[in-house]
Amino acid sequence: MKEITILSGKGGTGKTSITAAIGSIASDVVFCDNDVDAADLHLIMKPAIREEHIYIGAWTASIDQSSCIDCGICTDHCRFDAIHPDSHGKLEINPFKCEGCRLCERLCPVQAISSLQSTNNNWYVSETRFGTLVHAKMGPGEENSGKLVSVVRKRARELAIEGNARYLINDGPPGIGCAAISSLTGTDLVIMVIESTISGLHDARRLYELIHSFSIPTYALINKFDINPTSTAEIEEFLKEKSIPLIGKIPFDKHMVNAMVKGKTIVEYSDQIEASKVITKAWKKLEHYLK
Amino acid sequence: MTTKEPRKATLKLAIASGKGGTGKTTVAVNLFHFLSKNYSLKTQLIDCDVEEPNDLLFLHDFELESEDIATQLIPFIDNDKCSYCRKCVSYCEFNAIVVIPPVNFAEVNPSLCHSCGACLVACEDGAITENPVEIGRIRSYKNGQEGVLTEGRLKIGSAMQTMLIKDTKQHTHEDMDVILFDAPPGTSCPVVETVADADYVILVTEPTPFGLYDLKLTVEMLRELQKPFGVIINKGGIGDQKVQAYLSKQEIELLGEIPYSKTYASKYATGDILNNISIETEIQYKAIIRKLMARYTRDEGDYNFKR
Repeated sequence: MKEITILSGKGGTGKTSITAAIGSIASDVVFCDNDVDAADLHLIMKPAIREEHIYIGAWTASIDQSSCIDCGICTDHCRFDAIHPDSHGKLEINPFKCEGCRLCERLCPVQAISSLQSTNNNWYVSETRFGTLVHAKMGPGEENSGKLVSVVRKRARELAIEGNARYLINDGPPGIGCAAISSLTGTDLVIMVIESTISGLHDARRLYELIHSFSIPTYALINKFDINPTSTAEIEEFLKEKSIPLIGKIPFDKHMVNAMVKGKTIVEYSDQIEASKVITKAWKKLEHYLK
Repeated sequence: MTTKEPRKATLKLAIASGKGGTGKTTVAVNLFHFLSKNYSLKTQLIDCDVEEPNDLLFLHDFELESEDIATQLIPFIDNDKCSYCRKCVSYCEFNAIVVIPPVNFAEVNPSLCHSCGACLVACEDGAITENPVEIGRIRSYKNGQEGVLTEGRLKIGSAMQTMLIKDTKQHTHEDMDVILFDAPPGTSCPVVETVADADYVILVTEPTPFGLYDLKLTVEMLRELQKPFGVIINKGGIGDQKVQAYLSKQEIELLGEIPYSKTYASKYATGDILNNISIETEIQYKAIIRKLMARYTRDEGDYNFKR
C-alpha cells in the first residue's frame, strides 16, 4: 500500500477537486480528508457514515467565581493572557485564549479552577462510490487540528491495510504549519498542486522546503496553467531546478466549478474535457512511477 | 467606568474566509491601497497568514524597514541538577517531555512544546531553564505614500503558527487610522487569533459549494466569538446562487460582489493587481469601503459595528 498526500501551500489551488477526480480514475483506494478545518471532499464524495467518533480535544479552564479568592496567582502565571477580571471585577478565563496547559488549575490555592476537554470535534469512517473515506468535522475555533489529522490518518491507514487497498490518498490542508506537517510525516509521496500564479509559486517553494526536509518524493501538477504563460514558465523552471517531475498541466475550465455544483467529479461530469484527460493521464504516469 | 487615556481611534478590520483561494489577499491588498491612497488614511496591513504570507508579492516598491526574530521559549533540562522525579512530565499537557529515570534521560521535544511554563513551576530541583528558539520573522515594509505592511513569516518546519500570529499582531504601529489583519484560511485557532482584536470581520467567499460550506463554518465561528461581520462574494458569476440565498436568509450583510474576470486573474498571476487598476475595480472597492464606513458608530473613540 502506498500513501499519497496532496498538498499545495496556497489554499484554493484545486487539491480537493483533483483528489475527487482521482477517485473516479483509480481503484482500490482509501481516501482521507486531512483538511479537518474546512473539509470539503465529502461534498463531492457524499459519504454514507459507517462509524462516528468523538475526538477529545484540548483542555479549557474555567474559574468558579464563588470560590475564587482573587489572589491573582493564576493571572501571574498564565502565559496566554487568558485570565482577566470581568465587568464585576471577578477573574474569568477567556476560553478562546486558553491554551489548555492547566497550570492555573494546578496553582490555584483554593481549587477554584477546573478544566474540561472539548468534545466538539467528530470524525467518521464512511462509504462512498469511490471507496472508504475517513473524514472529520472540527468544531469552529478549535485547537489542535494537527492532532486530529494524525487520528484520521491513523485510522485510514489501518483500513487501507486491512482492506488490501493499493493506495491511501490524503487530501491535505493548505499552509505549511502544524496541520500540513501532520499530513506529511510518514507519507510515501506528495503531489504538489501549484496554481499558476505568483503566490502559487511562492507558497509551493515554501512547501517544497518543508517536504524536502522530510525527504519525501514529490510530484507536481500545475493548475490553471493557461491563466498566465509567464507564471507557468516560472513554475516549470522551479520544478526543473528542484528535479520535481511535472505530471500534468491542467487548464482553467469553468466546468471544474460546474462539476462541483452538480456534486460530481470533473471526470464524472465529462471524461472528454481537457482537465479530465490531463488528470487521468497524470494519475497513470504516477502509477507507472510507483511500480 | 474608568476614565480612558485620550487616544486616537484605530479601526481594526480582519479579512478571513474559511476556504482558501477565495481572494483574501486580493481584497486585503486592494483595501490597503484604496484606504491609504484614495481616503488618505494611515493604514497598516498585517499579513497574519504566517504559513504562506503573500501580501508583499502584490505591493511593489515597498522597502524593508525593520525585522524581528520571533521566538518561543523552549525549556532545557540540566542533567546535573535533574533528580528524574518526572514531576515535569506529569505537568506537561502537551507530552513534550520525556524522562527515563533508569538511564538518566530527560529531554524536551521542542516541536510539541507550547511554552506554557508549567514544567518550570513543577521542577523542584531548579533543573529547568528556558532558551529562546526562532519560530519565524516579523518584517515591516514601507512605501512613502502607502502606509505600512507587516508580515509574519513562519520558519519552515515550525508548528507554532498561532504563537507567531500573536507576536506579529504586537507589531502594530502607533497613530494608524486603520489596521487590516489578513487571516490564514481555515476556521481553527490561527484564524481565531487573527480576528480576536478586530472590530469587524470581512469574509471573502466564492459562489461555489465549497465556498458556501466553508463560509457557514466561519460564520458559526464568528457568531461564537460575537464578532460583527459582512461578506464579499468574489469570483461572482461562476458556480451557483446559493451563497446569496444563504446570506439573505441569515440576514448577513453582503458588502459587495466582485465578478470573475479572466483578465483580472491573469493580472493577479503576475502580482500586478495594483497597476493600471480598472474603473470597475475602483468602483467596486470604493462601494465596499463606503458600506463599511456607514456601518459603524464611534463611542469614545471605539468603533462599534452593529452585530
